[in-house]
Amino acid sequence: MTNTIADIETSDMILVVGSNTTENHPVLSAFVKRATLKGKKLYIIDPRKIKLTEYADKWLRPLPGTDIAWINGLMHIIIKEDLQNKTFIKNRTENFDALKTSVEKYTPEYVEKITGIKGEDLIEVAKAFAKAPAASILYCMGITQHTCGTDNVKSLANLSMLCGHIGKPGTGVNPLRGQNNVQGACDMGGLPNVFTAYQPVSDEKARTGMEKAWNITGLSPAPGLAVTEMIQKAYEGKLKALFIIGENPMMSDPDLNHARKALNKLDFLVVQDIFETETTQLADVVLPALCFAEKNGTFTNTERRVQRVRKAVAPPEEAREDWQIICDIAGRMGYEMTFASSHDIFKEIASVTPSYRGITWERLDKAGIHWPCPTEAHEGTPILHTTQFTRGKGLFHVIDHTPPAELPDMEYPLILTTGRVLYHYHTGTMTMKTQGLNILSPECFVEISLADAEKLGLDTGTMVSVSSRRGKISAKLKISSKAVEGTVFIPFHFAEAAANELTNAKLDPTAKIPEYKVCAIKIETV
Amino acid sequence: MEHHTITINGNHLAFNPGETILEIAQRNKIEIPTLCHLKHTTPTHTCKICQVEIKGEDCLVESCATEAKHGMMVFTESSKVIQARREAITKLLSSGNHNCAAREVDAADWTSFQLKVLKNDMAEELCPVWGDCELQDLAYRYQVKTRQLPTKECKYETERANPFIIRDFSRCILCGRCVKACREIQVNNAIEFGYTGADLKIIAKDDMTLKNSDCVFCGECLQACPVGALVPDKPFRDGRFKDTQKTRTTCSFCGVGCQMDVFVQDNKIVKINGADSDLAPNHASLCVKGRFGYEFVSSPERLTRPLIKKDGKQVDASWDEALDLVAKKLLSVKSESGPDSIGVLTSARITNEDNYIAQKFTRAVLKTNNIDHCARL
Repeated sequence: MTNTIADIETSDMILVVGSNTTENHPVLSAFVKRATLKGKKLYIIDPRKIKLTEYADKWLRPLPGTDIAWINGLMHIIIKEDLQNKTFIKNRTENFDALKTSVEKYTPEYVEKITGIKGEDLIEVAKAFAKAPAASILYCMGITQHTCGTDNVKSLANLSMLCGHIGKPGTGVNPLRGQNNVQGACDMGGLPNVFTAYQPVSDEKARTGMEKAWNITGLSPAPGLAVTEMIQKAYEGKLKALFIIGENPMMSDPDLNHARKALNKLDFLVVQDIFETETTQLADVVLPALCFAEKNGTFTNTERRVQRVRKAVAPPEEAREDWQIICDIAGRMGYEMTFASSHDIFKEIASVTPSYRGITWERLDKAGIHWPCPTEAHEGTPILHTTQFTRGKGLFHVIDHTPPAELPDMEYPLILTTGRVLYHYHTGTMTMKTQGLNILSPECFVEISLADAEKLGLDTGTMVSVSSRRGKISAKLKISSKAVEGTVFIPFHFAEAAANELTNAKLDPTAKIPEYKVCAIKIETV
Repeated sequence: MEHHTITINGNHLAFNPGETILEIAQRNKIEIPTLCHLKHTTPTHTCKICQVEIKGEDCLVESCATEAKHGMMVFTESSKVIQARREAITKLLSSGNHNCAAREVDAADWTSFQLKVLKNDMAEELCPVWGDCELQDLAYRYQVKTRQLPTKECKYETERANPFIIRDFSRCILCGRCVKACREIQVNNAIEFGYTGADLKIIAKDDMTLKNSDCVFCGECLQACPVGALVPDKPFRDGRFKDTQKTRTTCSFCGVGCQMDVFVQDNKIVKINGADSDLAPNHASLCVKGRFGYEFVSSPERLTRPLIKKDGKQVDASWDEALDLVAKKLLSVKSESGPDSIGVLTSARITNEDNYIAQKFTRAVLKTNNIDHCARL
């Protein structure tokens, strides 16, 4: 997030797009809901009529996969009404003229044709967003999990910059991170193209710095493979060994049938986890690790706040810390990685990570700190881009609408979109161990609109077969007011009806994120 | 800027216009007891416990609902205040099933009181929050004796139909904190005051069970309840007097990073509460997963020993055997097919320290940049 969670309550207008906030980020959604109690405006643009729409001034419903069109439409209206922030555009941005030209064709009529959003509604949101003293955009996987995910995010950045809603309290382009330490895993260089703090592996200076710090030579300058690409390379027989830590791709990857074949082709698969999962079952070696309650360390949350994790219980039997296991393997491979504790590791992190340099465990003792925090005297940075962007001036990107990779047709007439429910988390390995959560959400379901259910002549509770070009699952139908005609939602938590058997593995070319939010399916009785 | 000050128990304190006496006191760590007020919400003023005396005024005022005025002299523990608080506590104790031994408190010290109850009152009727009840604490602190009061029958049955939360209406003092927690903090709008007069009750959607209402089991109400009206469904009665350790940590579910206090007995998590109401990012709030979804930690299904696949079957192995095999295999793949034929998936679930080591291992030891995690999935 460019801004903080607490900042949401100070915003005058909150635009929530592609985020089912009350179920995926329940505590953060309370900030949004409290803002509405204070009379702040809330607009939601989402293919599903999610719970949060009950609190909103208005809900706009786009067809799945048409986000660029409505974002360009908003900008078209703002520029046409001359509501853009001219001072901000002049002082802080470049390439405005190209943006202006590119959104000219996105008239409300044209956008309505692509997205299904009524022109008058789009005009209302555009005006409210532009006129608000401070407007904040919150987005989640509904924006990113598309073949045009990167362009969707860039378009939202265009919109924020156009109105100067960035770099101030109550504004920002704010992605809501779905896992406890996604932010930290990225910050730490758990990505194929960067070291810690996003220092590119292709940058010679960054490489030399790391080689010196790690006392080695020969770091590879070539960016590596993203998770989705590793699976493909394994399928092609080019990736021979895979070491998986605390992940369950055999549930979370798209097109599971393909992923299963890929993992089975590996010469060697090691999986380190706290439970047996669909993925550990395929492993040559399984290593038992510790869970958060047994560890000392840090997580970095969605607002870039580095916070302490403290050991509350002793681990089971022989299970070991993740870092210790990896260090032991490194030692056996001829490279000594010896640390007395995770605290010592953090000290090394701070020394090689510019944005974490000023953070110490001692400083984190009472409360977390937002990176960047370059020195120990620095208080951290709750709001990014207050005076300039990372590259200097903010660049407006020219972006055109592109349709999803797979659209409904005669054979597969419905759109499937996937996600989570409130009571479960990701592939369910943790939450399904709590009986109460299983009572509240016992099984998979196929959320469908009343209109679509009537067309099929089926009612809530009927077992149906859902199939796409890639796979088939069975689950019970659930008629819901959240669903809109033509679009069906299935949670991906449940192994016995894994939604990812159906999903499309087509990727965004930049972010390599799969298009989980749109694929074509059909529903039949079993 | 104009200077605004008041005096509380002789301490001169600056305040911002609009602040209540209670807010100023809390900010300055001066304790004014209250059973109904919930920080960061509007006053309910049902309990009358937070009354204070203002010099020059005949009547006591509720500190939660009284805005400070420049020059006010406030006394929070005057004899008049103490008398009023005793009356308020007496009224609350006699309003329901508050059979804690506080009804018979005579002992001058807490320890002997505790020992007495421990010895005599382990019966089934003992309130599940005995020893962790704000009303009981106040009854002891203000030495309220209620032996002569009749116990009032409750017309509403205890609700045990829900996962996680038991609602015992016989112990509810109708302070309204749970309603504030639900409607002003989490804004889930699931519960409210229902019926009137002697029938007054906290209800969920036309008086349904929580399970059949709009409740999403965030448990904000449970944490806010000052008495034993809302209690967790865990059979923790026997564990109440055991040694408990409290550890502050960060939730391990979504990316919000809620700060939580984990309560542990005999190496097992028995309760999780949201941390301090003044601590970002969650200000003591949690969701259903963070508060209740901790059973996985002590699950018997946890992996406890390394496994190695032999003849197509995974069997127990020693750490040395497993680690040697991993090192040997990775070395041989690296030398035969090159570093880029190996990949590592680190995790958005593990710590920064773990992630740092995973990428250092991948880059410095395996000599490839094939490292990623499930940020996209």
